[in-house]
Amino acid sequence: MTDSQRVVFWRSRWLGVAFIAAILAVWEIASASGMVPSLSFPRVSAILVTWWEILRSGELLRELLPSLLRMFGGYLVGAALGVLIGLLMGSLRTVYYLLEPITEVLRPIPSPAYIPIVILFLGIDDEMKIFMIAFASFFPVLLNTYSGVRAVDPVQVQTARTFGVKGRKLLWQIVLPSAAPFIFTGMRISLAVALIVMVISEMVAASNGIGYFILAAQRGFKIQEMYAGVFTLAVVGYSFNRLFLLIENQVLAWHYGHTQQQRN
Amino acid sequence: MTSSTAAYLCARGVRKAYAAPGGSTVALSGVDVDIERGTFVSIIGPSGCGKSTLLQIIAGLVPASGGEIFLNGRKVEEPPPPVIYVFQQYQRSLFPWKTVQRNVAYGLENRGAYDAAEIERRTRELIRLVKLSGFENHYPWQLSGGMQQRVAIARALVCRPDVLLMDEPFSSVDALTRAGLQELLLQLWRELKFTVVFVTHDVDEAIYLSTRVVALSRAPARVAVDIAIDLPHPRDQIATRELPRYLEYRHRLLAQLFAEEGLESTARAAA
Ligand SMILES: Nc1ncnc2c1ncn2[C@@H]1O[C@H](COP(=O)(O)OP(=O)(O)O)[C@@H](O)[C@H]1O
Ligand SMILES: [Mg+2]
Repeated sequence: MTDSQRVVFWRSRWLGVAFIAAILAVWEIASASGMVPSLSFPRVSAILVTWWEILRSGELLRELLPSLLRMFGGYLVGAALGVLIGLLMGSLRTVYYLLEPITEVLRPIPSPAYIPIVILFLGIDDEMKIFMIAFASFFPVLLNTYSGVRAVDPVQVQTARTFGVKGRKLLWQIVLPSAAPFIFTGMRISLAVALIVMVISEMVAASNGIGYFILAAQRGFKIQEMYAGVFTLAVVGYSFNRLFLLIENQVLAWHYGHTQQQRN
Repeated sequence: MTSSTAAYLCARGVRKAYAAPGGSTVALSGVDVDIERGTFVSIIGPSGCGKSTLLQIIAGLVPASGGEIFLNGRKVEEPPPPVIYVFQQYQRSLFPWKTVQRNVAYGLENRGAYDAAEIERRTRELIRLVKLSGFENHYPWQLSGGMQQRVAIARALVCRPDVLLMDEPFSSVDALTRAGLQELLLQLWRELKFTVVFVTHDVDEAIYLSTRVVALSRAPARVAVDIAIDLPHPRDQIATRELPRYLEYRHRLLAQLFAEEGLESTARAAA
């Protein structure tokens, strides 16, 4: 390895990847040698084998699929409402004064605290989980959309007005694209929130889903399956975030170019 | 106000006061201007005297606190379709998520008068007129300042406005680029025959471009000097600026501006 290659390694993502591999290796050795209780810390290799087995048998996907459907259903509803109401709050003072206090009161309450209440109204099935995910996804999108609307350059609004554009057209043609960088930030936060609330709601009350699967595995002393479920969530969360950034980079390419030029 | 003797574009006793902490700032105190169709009128005045405010009121973008604007005998309340405003801050006025082509087409798309093919044709024609052919698919932030201002001009003219209101459009580009933009604007004005109200703080630019120059006083602004510029067209960046009459206009307007700034001695020394 030459000097320059070494520099590249120490300052690349591969350093972090190697660190993860090192932790897993220590885990493997510690578990194999009995330094840690192998019941709570099964060997990584054994977990990977179990993971592969439940993946091949289709058991994992049977649990994962309903979870993902709930998550996306709730996320899309929550994010869409967040954008819509955020646009209205940002552009109509009356809507702002009407809704600002209630959002400030509701927002700091951790979403899982609502689950018992929501169960009273919607039961323990999909409706409850989708509602919870939508509710929790709603706030980050709402607040960021609102901030984005407030940050729209008045020169752009005036430009649209000199071309005779106002009202809903102005909101759609000018305000929405201008606020898009903020909206994407909110949607990225909400994506992580949606994953969390999905798992929690399935642990509280469900008969399927990845959250249920992890909790049931732990209660049934199927510890390797439990870890396999957690690893699955890591992969799911990571993939969604990557996918989201990929889409964001496409849609907001103009924004990165524009801010780059402003800085020069 | 529908009599045929009234000018095409009139400001009648236009006042504007902005709310300010502990009172209000009076920007305009009764401005009267009559502008004939097809003329090129520049408005000059000290910085902060209310030039932009006046132009935005004429455009229907900002409501006046008193007085009225009439376009072709009709009172202006909302931005009137035949009047297009070109902003001083072209970087902020162009839409960064739209290409040059889509920026220029913007005004036409919202008129609903033409189908997509006709919009495309007219847009390309204007892009050619401002010498940006080949840059249709670039984004504004990929262009130089002068090119961006040309996109803004094309976007304004593609609607074939009767009146172009321009707020210091060339103040933030270098001298050579500015001369190029001035020539482009004069050429388009001669060909397309629209009316221009042009705000600038540059006396030379005002005289060179205009058929008439209106100088405002310090805030609260009123009309201080109003002179017709009788110089031959087409103008020439070098020869026109050397004409004795050009220098006479320049002398009068600079003396007025210096007096407004409390620089009487300089003005007298120059005289
Ligand atoms: N939106 C506004 N709110 C409050 N004051 C304003 C606003 N716009 C302009 N002013 C004030 O009005 C005066 C005239 O401003 P402006 O029309 O921009 O002058 P100019 O274009 O001649 O430099 C200035 O004192 C300015 O501070
Ligand atoms: Mg100004």
